[in-house]
Amino acid sequence: MPTTNDRLLLIKNGRLLDPASKTDAQHDVLLHGPRVVRVGPDLTSSDAEIFDATDMIVAPGFIDLHCHLREPGQEMSETIETGTRSAARGGFTAVCCMPNTQPVNDNASVTRSIVDRAAAAGAVRVWPIGAASVGSKGEALAEIAAMKDAGIVAVSDDGKPVATARLMRQVMDYCNSLDLPVIDHCEDPSLFAGGVMREGPRSIRLGLKGIPAESESICAGRDVELAILTRSRLHIAHMSTTGALEYVRHAKKQGMRVTCEVTPHHFTLCDEDVRYDTNYKMNPPLASRADRTALIAGLADGTVDAIATDHAPHHPASKDVEFDRAPFGIIGFETALALTLSELVHSGKISLPRLVELFTTGPARVLGIERKIAVGGSADITIFSPDLAWTYHASESPSKSRNTPFDGRTFRGAPVATIVAGQIVYCRELGATA
Amino acid sequence: MLQRLEHLLGIEDLTREQISFILDQAKPFQEFQRHPLKKLATLRGKTVAIAFFENSTRTRISFATAAARLGADTMNLQAEASSLKKGESLLDTVRTLEAMRPDGLVIRHSSSGAPEFVADRLGVPVINAGDGTHEHPTQALLDALTIRDRKGHLEGWNLTILGDVLHSRVARSNIHLLSKFDVRITLCGPAMWVPRELETLAPTVRRVTRIEEALDGADAIIALRVQTERLHEPALAAEEYILRYQLTPQRLKLARPGALVLHPGPMIRGLEIDDAVADGPQSCVLEQVTNGLAIRMALLYHLVGGAAVEPPPAKGPDKSQ
Amino acid sequence: MRVVEKRQLLSAEEIGRTLNRLAHEIVEKSGGTKDLALIGVRRRGVPLSERLAKTVKDFSGVEIPVGTIDITLYRDDLSTVGPQPVVHSNEISFSVDDRDLVIVDDVLYTGRTIRAAMNGLFDLGRPKRIRLCVLIDRGHREMPIEATFIGNSVQTSDTEIVEVHLKEIDGDERVVLVDRVP
Repeated sequence: MPTTNDRLLLIKNGRLLDPASKTDAQHDVLLHGPRVVRVGPDLTSSDAEIFDATDMIVAPGFIDLHCHLREPGQEMSETIETGTRSAARGGFTAVCCMPNTQPVNDNASVTRSIVDRAAAAGAVRVWPIGAASVGSKGEALAEIAAMKDAGIVAVSDDGKPVATARLMRQVMDYCNSLDLPVIDHCEDPSLFAGGVMREGPRSIRLGLKGIPAESESICAGRDVELAILTRSRLHIAHMSTTGALEYVRHAKKQGMRVTCEVTPHHFTLCDEDVRYDTNYKMNPPLASRADRTALIAGLADGTVDAIATDHAPHHPASKDVEFDRAPFGIIGFETALALTLSELVHSGKISLPRLVELFTTGPARVLGIERKIAVGGSADITIFSPDLAWTYHASESPSKSRNTPFDGRTFRGAPVATIVAGQIVYCRELGATA
Repeated sequence: MLQRLEHLLGIEDLTREQISFILDQAKPFQEFQRHPLKKLATLRGKTVAIAFFENSTRTRISFATAAARLGADTMNLQAEASSLKKGESLLDTVRTLEAMRPDGLVIRHSSSGAPEFVADRLGVPVINAGDGTHEHPTQALLDALTIRDRKGHLEGWNLTILGDVLHSRVARSNIHLLSKFDVRITLCGPAMWVPRELETLAPTVRRVTRIEEALDGADAIIALRVQTERLHEPALAAEEYILRYQLTPQRLKLARPGALVLHPGPMIRGLEIDDAVADGPQSCVLEQVTNGLAIRMALLYHLVGGAAVEPPPAKGPDKSQ
Repeated sequence: MRVVEKRQLLSAEEIGRTLNRLAHEIVEKSGGTKDLALIGVRRRGVPLSERLAKTVKDFSGVEIPVGTIDITLYRDDLSTVGPQPVVHSNEISFSVDDRDLVIVDDVLYTGRTIRAAMNGLFDLGRPKRIRLCVLIDRGHREMPIEATFIGNSVQTSDTEIVEVHLKEIDGDERVVLVDRVP
C-alpha cells in the first residue's frame, strides 16, 4: 500500500464523471496527499504537479468486486503483489479477493494475513471476502463476525455455491445481522456434473460435456427466494444467464436488496466462440448468444449493478493441457475497461457515465459504501482515455499468469492512470503504442 | 488442385473432394489385402507412433497392421502401461515420443480436442483414432467406403443411426461425412441420448425417438454400441433399451429391402443388435473391418509417406523410368 | 527453362510396325504362347500391352492374358514424384504363379520402374520367368536390368527426355526426343 505523502497533484483538463454527485463536467481535481482538496473548473495551483487529462475521463477509483489473488497457498499462479499490480494497470483502485485460497479464508487469522500482506506489498486496496462456511465445505458456518473485525467486506463460498438452501438461509440471516452482503456463485452441482462449457449446439459439435443454463438459474432462484424470506443482502456473482437475470429483476421490483455483477468476457464472447483452447474455459461458461444479449440489456437498464472481472490466474503449465482437464478461469484486470468501452460504449449500448457507475457506485452500493470524488474524501481516482488505441499483450502483464483469450487484441480505450490514496500506482506511457 | 492433407483430425473440415480422394485411394489397398504376400516396402524405414490413451484392441490392431503392411515400424503406447497413469501430462508423454522421432502419430484419447492439441505442438502428421465424444474420422471413412461399395455411390441415401448418439464420436463423424454427400440422416435412441441440438450438426439431420419411425425408408443403418457404463447416467435398464431400440429382424424389415446394417464394433449381441441381424446377409460388419485396414493404409501412405515429400525441384528429367 | 523438340524418333506408322515385329518376336522367342502373359506398366505400358496381345491374337488365334500393374507403392523414390503420389490398383485377374511373364513398358531408362514392377509381381506369386519388352531403350541404366524385346535403341543425354505419345492416352501417336534448354 502506498505510504502517506504530502504531495500536491492537480488533475487538469479532464472530463470529471462522478455519478455519486451527478457530475459530468470539465472539472479539475486537486489532491493533497491522500485526500481530495478541491474540485472545480479551471483550478490552478502554483506548487502542484500537473497531470494533463485532456481528452480523458476522470472518475472515482474503480472497484473490482470479484477476483482471485491466490495468496496464501497458490503463489505460483499469482500473489497479492503481482495481482494488484495487474489490477492497477487495469484502472482498479480496490479489489475484493475471494476466499478460495489455501487455506481457505474462513477465519480471522487468514483474513489478517491477507490484509497485512496487502498493506506491505499490494499496489491497490485489497478488501477480502470471507468464506461462508468452514473450508467452503458447505457444512458449518465460518467465523464470519471475527472475520468482519479482521476486515472482510462480504461473504462467499465462491468456486462453489453455498451448498444447501438451509445453510444459505442461515448464512443470510447471520450476515444480515452483521450487515454483510452474501455473494453466491450460482450453480447446481447435479446439473453441472463434470461439464466444461455451456450446453448447446457448440458443445455438441465439439464433443465437450455441456452445462445447461438452468444450473445457474435454478440456484439463483433459490437464493433470491431466500433473500426475500430473510430480507437480507444478496449479490449474484458473475451472472451469465437470462434466467438468473430475471430472478434479480423480480427481486428488485419487490424492493429487495438483491444485486448482481457481470464479467467482461460474458458480455463480449459467447459459447459459439469456444474452441479447443483452454483460454475459453471458465466457470460460469461462456453463455448463449441470447443470454449475452439479455445481459447487455440488463447492464444498460440498471438491473445489473456492477462489472466485475473474476480475474482467475492459473499458472501457464496448468492451462496447457486438454480442454477437459484444464482448470476453469481467465485473467481479466487489464482488459476489463477496454472491453467495456468497445463492446458497450462505442457500440452505443451504454453511456460513459453508466460505464463509470458500473465500475464505481454500483460496486460501492453492493458493499454498502460510498465511492465518489468529494472534497475531504479519499484520493482514489481512475483516469482513462475512451479513445486511445493500443494492443494488449499478455506477456507484458505483471500478473504471473497468461490465461486470456484476448492476447494480441487491439482496443480503442485504455486506463491511463490509477491513483490510490493520492499515489499514482500506475501510469501509462503515452506516445508509445503499448 | 486438391488441398493437401497434413493431419487427419476430423471429418468436419474435409471437403467432399478430399473425402472422395481418400475413398478412391483406399481401393488399391483393398485389392492389396488379397495379395498372398501382404508386405510393401513403401514406408520402410519410417516409424509410426501409435498412442492409445483409451482402451481399444480392434482399432489399435488395425492401425498397427496397416503400418506394418506398408513396411513401417511402429512405436506402441497404451494408457495402462504408460506413464500417463503416473500423472505425466499428455504434453510430456507426447514430447517423449517426439524425442524418438516418429514420422507420424496415431492417437486415441478420451478428451475431445486432444489430437488437435498434439498436432499444434508436434511437427509430425497426426491421425485421430478417436477423441472423446468429438470425432472418429477413420471409422466414418470406412463406413462410407463400405456403403459406397455395396450401393455403388454415396449420394442421396437415407441413413439411420441408432443408439447413444450424444456420446458417440462415430455418429458425429458419420454425420459430418455423409451430410456432405446429401445423405438424409435420422438419429434415434432414448430421448436423453438424442437431444434436439444434434439436428444443428447438419441440415439433413433429424431426430426421432421411435425406432419404427427411424427405420421407415432407411437404406443403411448404423447401430451404435450401447456404452454400458452410461446406462447408469441417468439410469436406464438394459431391458428398456432392448425393448425400444434393439435392432431385430422384425424391425429391420421396416427398412428398405436390402438395407445395409453397419456397426462400429465391438457388438454387444443381444443388446443393441440381435444375433440374426449381426450375422445376416444385410450385415456389413466384416467388410467394415477389411475396409478399415484399407482406409488406414491409404491414410498412412499419404500422410506419412507423402509427408516426406517436397514438390520436385525444377531440374533434371524424371529418372524413374 | 523450356522444353524444345529435337527430333521425331518414331512416326505413327513406325510405332505400328515396331509393335507388330515385337509381338512376333515375343511368341517366337517363347516357343509359342503357352503360359505366356503380358503385364503392362501403368500408364503407357497398358495400351502397348493391349495392342501386343491383339496382334498376337490376330496372327496366332490365341488370346494371351493381359494384366496391368501400378508401381507407385514399390517406388524407391517417392520424394521426386510430387506431393501426393496417387496410387492405383493393379488389375491382374489371373494368377502369376508359374507364368511366363513379359513386362511391357514404353521407355526403359534407369531401370528403377522395372525393378519396382518385379517387386510388385513377386508380391502376387511366383512367376516361372519374367522378361521385359520396351518400345524405346534409351540407355543410362542404374540397375542391372535388361530388355529382351526392344523396339528401338536410342542414344540420349541426361537432359533429354523421350516422350511417347499414344492415341489412347495422348490423342496423337508418335515418339519424340525433347530437350530442356535454359
